[in-house]
Amino acid sequence: MGRFHRHDDGTEHDHDHPHDRAHQPDPEGSAVSAEHGDLSAYGTGVERVSVLERIFDENDRAAATNRAAFDAHGVRAVNLMSSPGAGKTAVLVHTLRHLQERGVRAGVVEGDIETSLDADRLTGLGAQVALLNTGNGFGGECHLDAPMVARALGDLDLDTLDLLLVENVGNLVCPAEFDIGAHDSVMVYAITEGEEKPLKYPVMFRSVGVVLVNKMDLLPYLDFDLAMFRDNLARVNPQARVIEVSARTGAGLDEWHGWLTAGVAAAAVGEAVT
Amino acid sequence: MHELSLCRSIYGIVDRARDQREVEVVYLQVGQLRQVVPETLVYCWTLVTDATPLAGSRLDIDHVPVVLDCRACAARTSVAHTLVLTCAECGSGDIALHSGEEFMVTSMDLTVLEASGQEP
Repeated sequence: MGRFHRHDDGTEHDHDHPHDRAHQPDPEGSAVSAEHGDLSAYGTGVERVSVLERIFDENDRAAATNRAAFDAHGVRAVNLMSSPGAGKTAVLVHTLRHLQERGVRAGVVEGDIETSLDADRLTGLGAQVALLNTGNGFGGECHLDAPMVARALGDLDLDTLDLLLVENVGNLVCPAEFDIGAHDSVMVYAITEGEEKPLKYPVMFRSVGVVLVNKMDLLPYLDFDLAMFRDNLARVNPQARVIEVSARTGAGLDEWHGWLTAGVAAAAVGEAVT
Repeated sequence: MHELSLCRSIYGIVDRARDQREVEVVYLQVGQLRQVVPETLVYCWTLVTDATPLAGSRLDIDHVPVVLDCRACAARTSVAHTLVLTCAECGSGDIALHSGEEFMVTSMDLTVLEASGQEP
């Protein structure tokens, strides 16, 4: 896209006009194929104008801003996604306790369409908690996007955080489409969900680096085929790391916490370098 | 998915780019990997543009198939129906996406009006 604005005083600007924030240089390059200002040669008809703007650009710009804010303060940001009821909050209860014991300063952005129930469960565990309710009277957004997370950051003091956990809205479809500016994306997956979900929701499973396979304590009572699940996941996302856990018994969480603290250390090094 | 909010984003892009000229067609590229239902997008566009300067404009959607570049065998293959991204030549999952994630407004057709020869 590209247009020229002509002002009354005759000066012209290209699309980087200062008080038109919405116009950003297009990273893929754009063709200027329409100039207005000289209409004298036009007749009636149709003109094809190049636009070349990504529809998620607005979100992605906000995500980049979020990520820059995290990096400037040495905060590791993790986007936690899952279907409803897989156990994100239950895992976080354990994780926040662990982080508090080790002096890692944690923050949580809690995303839910309605209620503060999850945020309430996470209070008193030493973490700053910011609540994002996406319900707006018309059903509510089924995911968190970067501008929403940016608003929640206003309720947090990044200066006093080492790690930010964003608990996304329970949903296996939409959250995967929205970069919120996190460094890592993690999924909590319950074995009660069956083995085939990676094949049914490939975009979500491709978007994460770690899958916490939760509710392992229920394995004796289910026909869940863990090897088949791992195989299905590997077909969709060969790079995803699987960590078997039980938020109920605490089993396997050490590995998850080890992975988290490695990320926090990396962020701290990054901050020291900048 | 939430085609209505996507249409609002498209509306913003188109409205800024059209510079007060009338829009007839908005051309989109939608990659196969995008979780967007084209028919719903087209329908939501009519809702979003209703009683606005863009009323009457339509979306023209170019579907971009998923094409993979295999890091294991260097083949370039397309994905038919399944979204399990493995090389059709050798079956490896070590692939790079050549195409299939596009979601953009590429261009639009604007009505060009007869001019009086004046400068704005």
